Amino acid sequence: MSTAVAEVPVQSRIHYLNANYGIKSWLFTTDHKRIALLYLGSITLMFFIGGAMAVLMRLHLIEPAGALVQPETYNKLFTMHGVIMLFFFLVPSIPATLGNFLVPMMIGARDLAFPRLNLLSWYVYITGATFTLYALISGGVDTGWTFYTPLSSHYLTTHVIAAAMGIFINGFSSILTGLNFIVTIHKMRAPGMTWKRMPLFLWSMYATSIIFVLATPVIAIALFLVMLERVFHVGIFDPAIGGDPVLFQHLFWFYSHPAVYIMILPGMGVVSELVTCFSRKKPFGYIFIAYSSLAIAMISFFVWGHHMFVSGQSLYAGFIFSALSFAVAIPSAIKVFNWTATLYKGSISYQAPMLYALGFIGLFTMGGLTGLFLASLATDVHLHDTYFVIAHFHYIMVGGAVMAYLGGIHFWWPKITGRLYHDGWARFAALVIFVGFNLTFFPQYMLGYLGMPRRYAVYPAEFQVLNVMSSAGASILGVGYLIPFVYLLWSIRYGPVAGANPWGAKGLEWETPSPPPTDNFEEPPIVPEEPYGYAEPEHAHV
Amino acid sequence: MSESAAGTPLAVPPRESVHSASPALHHQFEDIEQQRDAGNFGMWVFLATEMLFFGGVFTGYIIYRSLYYSGFAAGSRGLEIDLGAAMMFVLLASSFTMAMAVHAAREGKHQPLIGFLTATIILGVAFLGMKFTEYFHKWQEHMVPGLNFHPALESLRGAPERTVEMFMCFYFFMTGLHALHMIIGIGLLTIMAILARRGKISRENYNRVEVSGLYWHFVDIIWIYLFPLLYLIGGRYK
Amino acid sequence: MNEENPSVGTYILVFMTLLVLAALTTGIAYVDLGPFNTVIALAIAVVKMFLVGLFFMHLWYSPGLSRIVVLAGFFWLALMVSFTLADVFTRSWINPPGP
Repeated sequence: MSTAVAEVPVQSRIHYLNANYGIKSWLFTTDHKRIALLYLGSITLMFFIGGAMAVLMRLHLIEPAGALVQPETYNKLFTMHGVIMLFFFLVPSIPATLGNFLVPMMIGARDLAFPRLNLLSWYVYITGATFTLYALISGGVDTGWTFYTPLSSHYLTTHVIAAAMGIFINGFSSILTGLNFIVTIHKMRAPGMTWKRMPLFLWSMYATSIIFVLATPVIAIALFLVMLERVFHVGIFDPAIGGDPVLFQHLFWFYSHPAVYIMILPGMGVVSELVTCFSRKKPFGYIFIAYSSLAIAMISFFVWGHHMFVSGQSLYAGFIFSALSFAVAIPSAIKVFNWTATLYKGSISYQAPMLYALGFIGLFTMGGLTGLFLASLATDVHLHDTYFVIAHFHYIMVGGAVMAYLGGIHFWWPKITGRLYHDGWARFAALVIFVGFNLTFFPQYMLGYLGMPRRYAVYPAEFQVLNVMSSAGASILGVGYLIPFVYLLWSIRYGPVAGANPWGAKGLEWETPSPPPTDNFEEPPIVPEEPYGYAEPEHAHV
Repeated sequence: MSESAAGTPLAVPPRESVHSASPALHHQFEDIEQQRDAGNFGMWVFLATEMLFFGGVFTGYIIYRSLYYSGFAAGSRGLEIDLGAAMMFVLLASSFTMAMAVHAAREGKHQPLIGFLTATIILGVAFLGMKFTEYFHKWQEHMVPGLNFHPALESLRGAPERTVEMFMCFYFFMTGLHALHMIIGIGLLTIMAILARRGKISRENYNRVEVSGLYWHFVDIIWIYLFPLLYLIGGRYK
Repeated sequence: MNEENPSVGTYILVFMTLLVLAALTTGIAYVDLGPFNTVIALAIAVVKMFLVGLFFMHLWYSPGLSRIVVLAGFFWLALMVSFTLADVFTRSWINPPGP
């Protein structure tokens, strides 16, 4: 028995995309699927703006004396690159697009708990982005995305308040999204959908939402205090009245460390879905993968001081943070082992989403392992503020999170649009991205180890070869990112019509037509007793 | 499609037609109970975020009070305890009237609801009036950091001037943040009162009043802590 | 879902108690108890918070999940405060190695 969907052409069936027309039906929608698409458009725009900053930086760094811009401008480039990519692309990427689209569907609900709040989240995001882009256009900020005091609160004359305001406002968007997901997952699961029957993507969205809700307010207050200090020329971080600039760093990193787990946990959830579908196996150690998401969310809050080992922080506090930072690697490792065990003896097919998932597993592991060098106090003293750190987090955020994001977009694209994209081009793009990525960032590990500091507009001539390699890789990576943009958009109009379940995947979202109707399900979904009910490995047909 | 080899699928009882349900029921919920439950839970989650938001300044407060106790005590003794205590009583009363308003909403009692909401709003405005009076006095005493901080020598009570200025920073930031939340709360309750006057609040959708109440009580609790932490450092017996 | 909620009588009783406690806090500030001034003031604040939270905010009558959320908030706040304090107050414990 199945919710048999006749393969009618998309045009003659009513679904969420054609249920209403007109700009107002989009700007005032409360349908979580439409809101997901609103986010998709906005964050893609921000991705390309942030990417443009990166392109300029890499072009500039082709020459030791700097090839393109003044040092002050360079400072603004890396600041805006960080701010835009982290707060306006990575943090909302999977949660606000795939999360918004899939969370209600995966639990068998008609929408999120608070649809109007969901729309408000998007408007708040847009407002925050507007402030930040205003800061960019009117001359930029050069504090670094980390806004350390007293540079940000006192000495700089750039548009700190506008940028900080943008991030502050955007924080509320995150908080509302996280709140919505938590309430939805707790209170709106379909009958029979117990916690242990939920797809792993939902576990990771839940864990991410916990971080959203508990960490984001702290960066909000930290930036708020910096803004007050700038306006009143006095504040609690000001040494002139006995203030401690490092207190800002505590408040900042209390959010920003868990924030990096906001960026990776959803990706891990996506990878769990991809690996199971494309090896046609249920996940090895489902409950371990599920609980490891919660463990990561929890432990991520205990380790923020590892960003502050050389800031003047107490050595004893450093010991504790260092030891706990080793601990946080354990649940991540559990996931990697379990994914690998899932792949073992699976019936593996190499469509584009799977290529991204496999890329994620390899690159995230590399990035994660290099994190241990940084967690270790002694080596961190040598590596802090060098390119090693930059390579480490780009491996995780780009080699990990962005790849997972692209994998997820490709996997659920047929569900979202009702169309299939050209898999050949998709695999080609995935390979280009993989090659470009490694060529860009692997040399940066070496640069960092050799001592090249980050956030420097000039560097000693002996580092030029590695820098040129990195810049060459960046250009390949840039091209790689443009390719999906083209074929995915093309597929919306010209791609073959996708059925309800082109991948033969398990999950409630595949039980409904593509694109789904506005209320998600035409008939009440039936919750299987076990998630991932893939039969024993056999040849998959798509 | 959804049958697994492991066992039979779980049949889901057909959902009640949403159209036959109460007009107060939003379409994503199955029944009013779920809607109310979700609303309350959502507000509690939001209040947890507020705990962390205020928590940032409380963290700073704890650190600097330990480091600069004499300055904090001096600054604290310069605050008007009568006004502070009066504000405490006013807010506690407003929490009482708020609880009564929620009770009235739940019972479907229209007039008491509007009455208690109005009382809460008036008490809230009274609080703000006292707060801004205090701020004005501080301005007159030249105790506002960043604007006119030139304290008289006796105001320092022997503590280093910069530590007293640090205390005053915390005083203004913490009470200012609290006042901002009060203003938002008053706005929220005004909207509730207007909806109540228009008859838009019923026994079925009273949850919106309940949820506003939760926010209001939370802001009251913040003041319950701010009062001893800011006004009563070191006591008033000297 | 617990349908019980406090009665008007309970509200009035809680309110009276809160007023008494507020008066007590203020009054005790005028008595010299040394360090206990702070301890008692904070203890009273905690009691007031419980009264408002359990009865006015209905936590006493709410599903356990709401209480867990409150506890989580406190726990995370305690985490932030304690680890930050652990840094600030142990900075002087070790002298950096000298020449």
